[in-house]
Amino acid sequence: MGYEFIEGNEAIARGAMMAKCDFFASYPITPASSVLNYMLEFVPEVGGTVIQAEDEIASMGFCIGAAMAGRKVLTATSGPGISLYSENIGLAIIGETPLVIVNVQRQGPATGSATKGADGDIQFTRWVTSGGIPVIALVPSSSADAYELTYHAFNIAEKYRTPVFILSNKEVGVTRESTDLESIELPPLVDRVQIAADQAQYWPHNFDTPGQVPPISAFGDGRIVRYTTSSHDKRGYLTTKPEIIQEMIDHYIAKIDGAVDDLTLVKEDLEEGADTLVLSYGITSRSAKGAVAQARSAGRKVSSLVLQTVWPVPKNAIARAMRGVSKVVVPEMNMGQYVLEIERLAPPGVEVVSVAKMDTTLLSPGEIVERGGLL
Amino acid sequence: MSDSTGKKHLTYLSDQQGPLPYCPGCGHDSIAKKLNEALVKLQLDPAKVVIVTDIGCIGLTCKYFATSAFHGLHGRSITYACGLKLARPDLHVITLKGDGGCGIGGTHLLNVARRNIGITLIVANNFNYGMTGGQHSVTTPTAGLTSTTPWGNIEEPMDLCGTAVAAGAAWVNRATTFDKDLVDVLADAIMQPGFAMLDIWELCTAYYMPRNDLRKKGLMDLIEGYGFTLGQQVDKPRLEYTERYRQSYEQAETKPKPRPTIEPAFTSKLDKQIGLVIAGSAGQKIKSSATLFAQGGIFAGLSASQKDDYPITVQTGHSVAEIILSPEPIDYTGIVAPEHLVLISENGLNRVRAKLDKMPASSVVYADESLELPETAAKVLRFPFEKTAKKVGRLSIGTVALGAVLAESGIYPADALAKAIHTFQRPKLAEANVKALAAGAELAH
Repeated sequence: MGYEFIEGNEAIARGAMMAKCDFFASYPITPASSVLNYMLEFVPEVGGTVIQAEDEIASMGFCIGAAMAGRKVLTATSGPGISLYSENIGLAIIGETPLVIVNVQRQGPATGSATKGADGDIQFTRWVTSGGIPVIALVPSSSADAYELTYHAFNIAEKYRTPVFILSNKEVGVTRESTDLESIELPPLVDRVQIAADQAQYWPHNFDTPGQVPPISAFGDGRIVRYTTSSHDKRGYLTTKPEIIQEMIDHYIAKIDGAVDDLTLVKEDLEEGADTLVLSYGITSRSAKGAVAQARSAGRKVSSLVLQTVWPVPKNAIARAMRGVSKVVVPEMNMGQYVLEIERLAPPGVEVVSVAKMDTTLLSPGEIVERGGLL
Repeated sequence: MSDSTGKKHLTYLSDQQGPLPYCPGCGHDSIAKKLNEALVKLQLDPAKVVIVTDIGCIGLTCKYFATSAFHGLHGRSITYACGLKLARPDLHVITLKGDGGCGIGGTHLLNVARRNIGITLIVANNFNYGMTGGQHSVTTPTAGLTSTTPWGNIEEPMDLCGTAVAAGAAWVNRATTFDKDLVDVLADAIMQPGFAMLDIWELCTAYYMPRNDLRKKGLMDLIEGYGFTLGQQVDKPRLEYTERYRQSYEQAETKPKPRPTIEPAFTSKLDKQIGLVIAGSAGQKIKSSATLFAQGGIFAGLSASQKDDYPITVQTGHSVAEIILSPEPIDYTGIVAPEHLVLISENGLNRVRAKLDKMPASSVVYADESLELPETAAKVLRFPFEKTAKKVGRLSIGTVALGAVLAESGIYPADALAKAIHTFQRPKLAEANVKALAAGAELAH
């Protein structure tokens, strides 16, 4: 027990350690670089590998190979690096590869403000690779959250055999905070479902109904294993049959969209009779908390919903929080990205207010109160 | 050799996938069959053999083998192969790649050679892209006709073997599909413990061969014309990467240790959240002094956060740290107007000048006596930080200043900061810093 004064990047490494991560590859990029340094503090000790790759494409290539050979894998980069991961992310999806991808977001586009924060990659993450298949993304707001959500991300990646994103932000990644990690209760560890030991033949994408997660057999575990980037059947062989291709696409989608409630992580602070909901995520949720407190102390009835899961959209939790309100305020450290989802989900007559900014500074509670019309 | 089942493998080609798919006379057909013969010769466990391919006609090959197989993105097969090998060094990882893949994935070739990760790379080198319609590649001969060099290739071809050798490859061999000993050479490449590259020159009967009237003799002339040789280019075994990785860690003299944690042991009178900004120059240990100050606050039962601001060129210009201390958990981590602003140098002052404007009368500026300050509503206190640091140690200037802040403000007891210093710094450094803390406290008005 005791406090540590740690940044989000270290908390991510510590969450990965608790999840028994034993492979990490990345390429240096501000503000994500230090994740590799923290991973060096425990991964070699458990017999795993930490490697700095020649570029981001190689990072993801190493990670996918290692994950399919049985390792629990993490990588970390920032938005520009995700651009280079993009094609391989599609491969991880089509190959049903469990791994965790950290994006410590920085202000963009392009090199942008390399040492400054933003949440500019929210929609980019949803549409990160060709094909438009849904993804899973969790957004931490603090060091403690980064630790906990990284652990969850590993469990989700294993359970659903899919890449999972941690959408951090420079403001979380390299801000040190007093944190008592040991006081955070973690659920039991989830491991990928292994094929039955006595089963000699392995079909890598075997399911009865789309969305059912197929058991896995790692490369090297005694069976013939096939993995492919091309449209394939359940055996992992290339196919051109439209009905099989459609069934596989339905499968990738059903795995994620069919599990929305299981994947929903939110923090609700709903007030009876509230006319306004402040819906936030990530670092901005901490300013939103202050804004809601100010509004409430002025006698306003305001609810707060903080999303830890942003993809898939936790639509049931959002609908619950929106019940009865006439206005939803969505503060974001970008020019209004997640607000698009809220506009889509808001019942007719509910006003949706975007409080958007991407000037490298945090939205303050005061700005949210003022621009969100919370007083 | 035979695998653990003791069963003899007569072929490693699949009996489910039909005949190999290549155009009549294509060199890929020969490479696939000879790879099969090499595997039959070696009798490796098919589940321990992973044939890794990427996009291009040669990438179709793995499907026809009854071994494990990994078919990935164009030009990236080396990266998956490395991931597999790093995770499972017991695997025989054989990468089949075209000359096109060597172009788009050139950096992976350089780096796997340099690292000596124990995979086998077989290049099916037929001087053009077959799958996309006969475009030129990095190995297309100068003047070669392709669909994208209709007037003849004006680029110099890349010497793949020479490139791999220059990059530090342990084992490199150049062959052709016409070589009588190709099966043996393939088997030799597969059994290398380190990285091995076999560059096999061959004919694309669909595109390059008819367009350029290239046959066996022409292929041999090309090799001679470049002044290249067939056969072994380099054979200098060295410790393979995954083994070296283990050894390097096992033999390391210093290994990471868990850092100490903080049990609050002091109390603070602070009853509301405060922001403190300390602004100095690179080389003044501003960030680490600020971290210790925050850790001292945590020892005194407070919540703390810290953000740093410094140029990418870390040894120049300003160094600014923002600390929040609070008796409650901290939400918003920004500081609009600090309650305490510590100014140590001109660089630091210039970086935070705008904050002085926003500071109310209730806030305090602790400034080195040498600094010329703009107007501010805040209370300004002057200290000889620089002069004091000259006496107690140049690198302790931050601690001197923060010692003065604690003595003036009573945010938390100085003993809590001393405790942080002793907990997180090496004894010699800690001793100097505790002296600096005391010297700072004496500066209080």
